[in-house]
Amino acid sequence: MLFSMNAIVPLACVTAAALAAMVAEAFRTPGERMPIAPLGLIGLVAAGIATVLLWGHGYVSFNVVAGDDFGLFVTGVLVVIGLLTIAFSPATIEREQLPAGEYYALTLFAIAGMILMAQATDLLVIFLALEVLSLSVYVLTGIRRDSRAASEASFKYFLLGAFSSAFFLYGIALTYALTGSTHLDRVGQLIAGHTFGSGAMETFAVGLLAVGFAFKVSAVPFHMWAPDAYEGAPPVVTGFMATGVKAAAFAAFVRVFMSAFGPLSAIWVPVLWGLAVATMILGTVVGVMQTNVKRLLAYSSIAHAGYLLVGMVSANAVGRAAVLFYLLAYGVTNVGAFGVLALLESKDRPNDELRDLAGLWNVRPGLAALMTVFLLSLGGFPPLAGFIGKWFIFTAAIQSGYYGLAIIGVLTSVVSVFFYLRIVVMMYMTEPEPGRAPLSAPIVPRLAGAALGLATIVVFYLGILPTQLIDLATQSVARIF
Amino acid sequence: MQGWLSIVLMIALGAAFAVGSVVLSGLFGPRRPTPEKEAPYECGVPPVGDARERMSVKFYLVAMIFLLFDIEVAFLYPWALSLRDLGWTGFVQIVVFMLILLAGYAYVWKKGALDWGKERA
Repeated sequence: MLFSMNAIVPLACVTAAALAAMVAEAFRTPGERMPIAPLGLIGLVAAGIATVLLWGHGYVSFNVVAGDDFGLFVTGVLVVIGLLTIAFSPATIEREQLPAGEYYALTLFAIAGMILMAQATDLLVIFLALEVLSLSVYVLTGIRRDSRAASEASFKYFLLGAFSSAFFLYGIALTYALTGSTHLDRVGQLIAGHTFGSGAMETFAVGLLAVGFAFKVSAVPFHMWAPDAYEGAPPVVTGFMATGVKAAAFAAFVRVFMSAFGPLSAIWVPVLWGLAVATMILGTVVGVMQTNVKRLLAYSSIAHAGYLLVGMVSANAVGRAAVLFYLLAYGVTNVGAFGVLALLESKDRPNDELRDLAGLWNVRPGLAALMTVFLLSLGGFPPLAGFIGKWFIFTAAIQSGYYGLAIIGVLTSVVSVFFYLRIVVMMYMTEPEPGRAPLSAPIVPRLAGAALGLATIVVFYLGILPTQLIDLATQSVARIF
Repeated sequence: MQGWLSIVLMIALGAAFAVGSVVLSGLFGPRRPTPEKEAPYECGVPPVGDARERMSVKFYLVAMIFLLFDIEVAFLYPWALSLRDLGWTGFVQIVVFMLILLAGYAYVWKKGALDWGKERA
């Protein structure tokens, strides 16, 4: 019995920490300070250790949760994202007077849902995980209850998310109607065994599931919620949403479409091709016009979803490994960028307009330098993580003969450099507007500083010595697909 | 397509009968309204106000908590019926499930979601 439980150990660690945080909050006397953040960190570190120990064993629990290397790689990415997020959180919680226990419990529950989503091999379990993570993130988006923008963001996200869940569920129902199973392996076998054409039912099943996933990864035209939700949420939560949700959703997206719907690739490759092109172009072009840094990064994260879709469309071994590597590179970089924004926020103003960052170099040279590193990595400058990620993705596209996609991808990422550099120019070369109070210089807490340092090291490490991680990513997709 | 024709026919006839009855009785029926006839229900308790009133958010909270613990029972019955087949594995699993729910219950209780009357600051 214990043997079969192995694959869910990382999930169980995070869930236990979440439950502990929740109960601790309930039994806290008002005003008492509790070390709930360290509790979350311990849970995540335990999950990380479990992930490392399970690597290569390929345990399966309950026949629906796979501890295969693919799932474990994404679990590792999620653990890193979670650790960074929790390390950045205390400052925000302190300033906004957020309920600490609920905040950490929801974050940890969301991470548990993400881990389950990355490891699930049954459509119904994927749906369950999707709901666990979505519901937690909806609440986290609106956790600043007295802010109208936050409530609006949360409500929009919730309504559209509920819609997309319905699409997703209907896709599962049609898949079940088609094959009589919701287990991915079984569905894959049955589809491969039959000579299904591109009949209406197959098209609908694949299409509806694609809509559900595309919504979660904020691919155009299902991205409408993203800028508003990202702007309304506190920056730490935005960073978490933009990376964690995307990583989990892409993991399940790749797993479902490559394993179960692999034989139907004639149906979904053109669809994802269109999604990828639209997502890259719109994310970049609209991003150029933004004056709010959070919205700008929201559109940037939409564009990044487009690059990830390119990796999926390539549908070869390199593409799958590239998606995994990109999720890690993008995740660490983006959490870092939002972490800097979170540290710049002050009580009286959010400091998220572009002009708020003017002259940051003079006030906070350290934060300005780190932000520059993260932004350049997002833009794909060598020798940073983002460059290797993009290079890897476009290599995959070219190997599969999608020259058009690769060209569009390179062009849009050149354009996107414009708005990343715009922030850098603002920080270094622009004087603060006269008449506007200069940026106050908040003290960087030690934990957040350590997290920023760690993120920077990872960004440089992935950019300069990527071989090890590329090998790991390649190994982990080689064994299951 | 042949098999569907009868269903389409049935739907069409059903709709025609329903719509037809309402339209015809509206056209030809005598209309002598009294207050009793105008009421939503001719028999039963007289209505006391509009149905679309604003409800206290507490009702939603209770409904939500009820749903959660209702689901618990939906799991417990099938488990109890197949207790012998599931053995200790099933027992441990249901205990873990109950413990997780219990944590939620403790949270809800301590947070005061079950206190109906007390005004919370």
